[in-house]
Amino acid sequence: MIRGAVQGVGFRPFIYRTATRLGVTGHVENTGEGVVVEAEGAPSLLEAFAQALANDAPVQAHVRSVVREVLQPLGSRNFVIRDSVAGRARSAVVLPDIAACDACLAEIFDPANRRHLYPFTNCTDCGPRYSILRDLPYDRARTTMAAFPMCADCAREYADPGDRRFHAEPTACPVCGPQMALWDRDGRVIAADGDAIEEAAGLLRGGGIVAIKGIGGFHLFVDARNGEAVKVLRARKRRPAKPFALMVPSLDDARQLCDVSVDEEALLASSAAPIVLTRRLSGAEVAEEVAPDQRVLGLMLPYAPLHHMLMRSLGFPVVATSGNVSDEPIVTDEHDALQRLHAIADAFLVHDRAIARPAEDSVMRVILGASQAIRRGRGLAPLSLTLDPGVVGECPSVLALGGHLKAAATLLRGTEAIVGAHAGDLGTLDAERRFAATLEDLETLHGMRADIVACDLHPDYATTRIAESLRRPIIRVQHHLAHVASAMAEHALGGPLLGVGWDGTGYGADGAIWGGEFLRVERGEWSRVAHLRPFRLPGSEVAAREPRRAALGMLHEALGAHAVERSDLTPVSAFSAAERVVLGRMLERGVQSPWTTSAGRLFDAFAALLGLVLVASHEGEAAMRLEALAAESEVEGAATMSYPFDIVAPREGPLVIDWVPMLRAVLRDRAAGVARAEIAMRIHVSFAAMIAAVAARLGLGMAVLSGGCFQSRLLTELAAARIEAEGLTVFLARAVPPNDGGLSLGQALWARWTASKEKS
Amino acid sequence: MAHGGGGRLMNALIETVIRPAFANPLLDQRHDGAVFEAGGARLAFTTDSYVVKPLFFPGGDIGSLAVNGTVNDLAMCGAEPLYLSAAFIIEEGFPIVDLRRVVASMEDAARRASVSFVTGDTKVVDRGKGDALFINTAGVGTVRAKSLVGPAAVKPGDVLILSGDLGRHGIAIMAAREGLAFETAIASDCAPLWSPVRRLIEAGIEVHCLRDLTRGGLASALIEIAEAAACAIKLDETTIPVQPEVRAACELLGLDPLYVANEGRFVAFVAEADVVRALDLLAGDDVSAGAAVIGRVTAEERGAVAIRGAYGAIRRLTMLSGEQLPRIC
Ligand SMILES: [Fe+3]
Ligand SMILES: [Mg+2]
Ligand SMILES: [Zn+2]
Ligand SMILES: [Zn+2]
Repeated sequence: MIRGAVQGVGFRPFIYRTATRLGVTGHVENTGEGVVVEAEGAPSLLEAFAQALANDAPVQAHVRSVVREVLQPLGSRNFVIRDSVAGRARSAVVLPDIAACDACLAEIFDPANRRHLYPFTNCTDCGPRYSILRDLPYDRARTTMAAFPMCADCAREYADPGDRRFHAEPTACPVCGPQMALWDRDGRVIAADGDAIEEAAGLLRGGGIVAIKGIGGFHLFVDARNGEAVKVLRARKRRPAKPFALMVPSLDDARQLCDVSVDEEALLASSAAPIVLTRRLSGAEVAEEVAPDQRVLGLMLPYAPLHHMLMRSLGFPVVATSGNVSDEPIVTDEHDALQRLHAIADAFLVHDRAIARPAEDSVMRVILGASQAIRRGRGLAPLSLTLDPGVVGECPSVLALGGHLKAAATLLRGTEAIVGAHAGDLGTLDAERRFAATLEDLETLHGMRADIVACDLHPDYATTRIAESLRRPIIRVQHHLAHVASAMAEHALGGPLLGVGWDGTGYGADGAIWGGEFLRVERGEWSRVAHLRPFRLPGSEVAAREPRRAALGMLHEALGAHAVERSDLTPVSAFSAAERVVLGRMLERGVQSPWTTSAGRLFDAFAALLGLVLVASHEGEAAMRLEALAAESEVEGAATMSYPFDIVAPREGPLVIDWVPMLRAVLRDRAAGVARAEIAMRIHVSFAAMIAAVAARLGLGMAVLSGGCFQSRLLTELAAARIEAEGLTVFLARAVPPNDGGLSLGQALWARWTASKEKS
Repeated sequence: MAHGGGGRLMNALIETVIRPAFANPLLDQRHDGAVFEAGGARLAFTTDSYVVKPLFFPGGDIGSLAVNGTVNDLAMCGAEPLYLSAAFIIEEGFPIVDLRRVVASMEDAARRASVSFVTGDTKVVDRGKGDALFINTAGVGTVRAKSLVGPAAVKPGDVLILSGDLGRHGIAIMAAREGLAFETAIASDCAPLWSPVRRLIEAGIEVHCLRDLTRGGLASALIEIAEAAACAIKLDETTIPVQPEVRAACELLGLDPLYVANEGRFVAFVAEADVVRALDLLAGDDVSAGAAVIGRVTAEERGAVAIRGAYGAIRRLTMLSGEQLPRIC
């Protein structure tokens, strides 16, 4: 029995070829649990067979465990591939979608090949998996390809053990497979088959916006060099400033736009083909509207054959953003697209292969010498992680639901953690329904029902409500603890260690809003050892969208009631005199103005103080602008100059990191006319210095940096360098994102620890 | 304890501690008041306690609130309010002039609502053992509606009519309590609601359910009904009336008007065929002159209340736990 990512990767054909080559007889079959091989032959042959299985497995296969058992010989004469059996206990891994391989691409662009310019070409090394999967085991009959009976040629390839498409479940050709069409906004066919892609390319060249059905859902494409066209897309999508990702025709084109490192190249060209965040070159030929005021661009390479065909025809970078309206889930069905994207796209490039499971593009980056996921979607989902049994134990099984934004669920059974696809913001009914479906999916696909459910402490998260509706034992995990625990799970850390959980907001164990937390964590035990000095957020949740409010709260904490009179300060003058009076009163009386220790809101506040973003149009905008501004700092040695801050030790309770001295220094620098870029840099340095100071003081050997704030490369790199200088080892969440997309893994681990502690 | 916001915790308190202890078929109707037969007459009976701070606010005071709140609960049973009781819990040292003012206001409100106080009780508690003044009122009325009015009568296809703009009471109270000087003063919408309800009933409008929107606002009321009726409700945000000054105040405070308290607003669940007539009737009465269709009942997802925003995104309204704490991370 071979378990792991062994289905849909050409594993059975590989076994068949190996067996026939060595003259071993028996059979191989896919079961819900994994691949089962029964082999007969001389002991030396069997040993060679086992060796070959271990050493020569297909590229996409990932063997997790092999269980061997000696059976009575049956005297079989040959080696056969048996039909799949659907089992009850399922431990087979669901495989992510795989970008088109070189062999398939060569065929697509070979005029003599029968798959010439056929956009649904794939083989056992590549093609859709997760997005077309309806149920396990992975067989054509249980995918959305079941609607396309194979033609004689395809059937022959499929049955031929010597062929690259031997048991390639989604295999297809122009005769039998899915077809493309280009529709106008009313669903009338403009062009079909091969012409559809060329027609779409023509529209894009002319500055049009085309909705394109890909692997995990729809994209909206527009010429990235055409500022006017990008502006139209922004207006129609109601997305004023959030950076767009780009699809570029080739690695060469990527290098024209960005400073792409070797590691980043490897990520771009990987079979997951994620969006990779890279540093933009100053002369990059991309419209400013693509990523206003940003030094980072998200790039990806074509991954579906249709992208390759389209991009080869275009030869220039295009904006490739999810086909949705602002924060709604991605559209996956072409008829749905006509309605929901009607006001956005000029035309629709569609096909008739259904998408069973939506998945947005994944986002990754390289930081501190290794890759890190920022969003796990198409190509990276579902993720299967094997955790350290010594750290995580074996039971109970846990279904963890994650956060409210960037929701993604984790199923933890034994030492295997399966992290489901990024489901996005659960603010809309659609998103919530889709998320509930992914939960069911995780359990049914894996043929189990988790013993316990884990969710956030926040009473009003959609995931909390869903968790309560599941009617199973619930363990609620504090938000920042879950952020830290996610990194502990993947790096097999039991602690004790310092967990730095910095983000926008999370529900604290005391019911207050946390976000600048230092936790001492060891297996099932934790304590809050330090936090940022609290300040009030006038307007509560709306303050997360309006950095000027966070600034007002910060100023009020430092300057008292006079803060609202400081109309010389940008965030204060951003309100009318009458509004200021009301806001001042709210802050004085604590009306709709909860206390917070949020680091993210402090970053917002400083960004507002520098006049960068007063009202944000998207999450993280202020912090991203502050980071981009800091990168312009030219002052020598700025990276070593921290503003002053205090660490206050109250008689009891956690240390308090007092940022008020820093704020005063920033106000002085502003008044003295110091360059904003330098101030922005020193703000980052100061926050990094605070983190390092706490790390040094606690004397634990290890630190985890997790939470949305560590999406800032500058903060992460500065903090890591300073902590390492104090002699500590630094860990980041890498397989799962540092933002709320990583919460469920941490929740799952914590719930496991908590439950097993209660039992003993 | 944080059970005071009229949200999820309060609900849990009632559902886990109080309702089970008293369970009976009348109570289990989960309506604003109880409807029953007595001596051949169909009666409605309800009670409510008033602990509002401050006692006096633009547009009303604890006295007018104590009358209208109970009168409205009867009206929501499709009943004509007749008789009220009043019980006062007064903290020692509470100024007699203020008590006079409250009592006068109650008398005035009772006259407007055509009800009389027929019994009552007064207790004085030691200084520090109460908070100035609490009032409890109970009321009885005769049911005028021909058929059942309540969540159980709600059907898919029913149209929701809101009797006027939202949020004025909650904002007025908050402004008075916290000393928030909004550019335009906002007065409570506190008013008796029997008169518009009577218009609907007397005209034979097929009214399936009525609910006044008090604590927790429109959102909480509709979630309760959707759950009790095991149906789904779909709202169109652009049709929900909110005065510009209330909207501005809500924006500044970071509050959603759908969750802000009202004391003179109700939602009627009306059969589709009667909607135009119902709107006409409501427009003819001062307290419901701003009535508007805001949504309808569907059979889709039981207990879900969804609202379509100006840009077409549909979000789900949920019972909040009390304070509205940020969820954006
Ligand atoms: Fe977070
Ligand atoms: Mg009541
Ligand atoms: Zn291939
Ligand atoms: Zn074929």
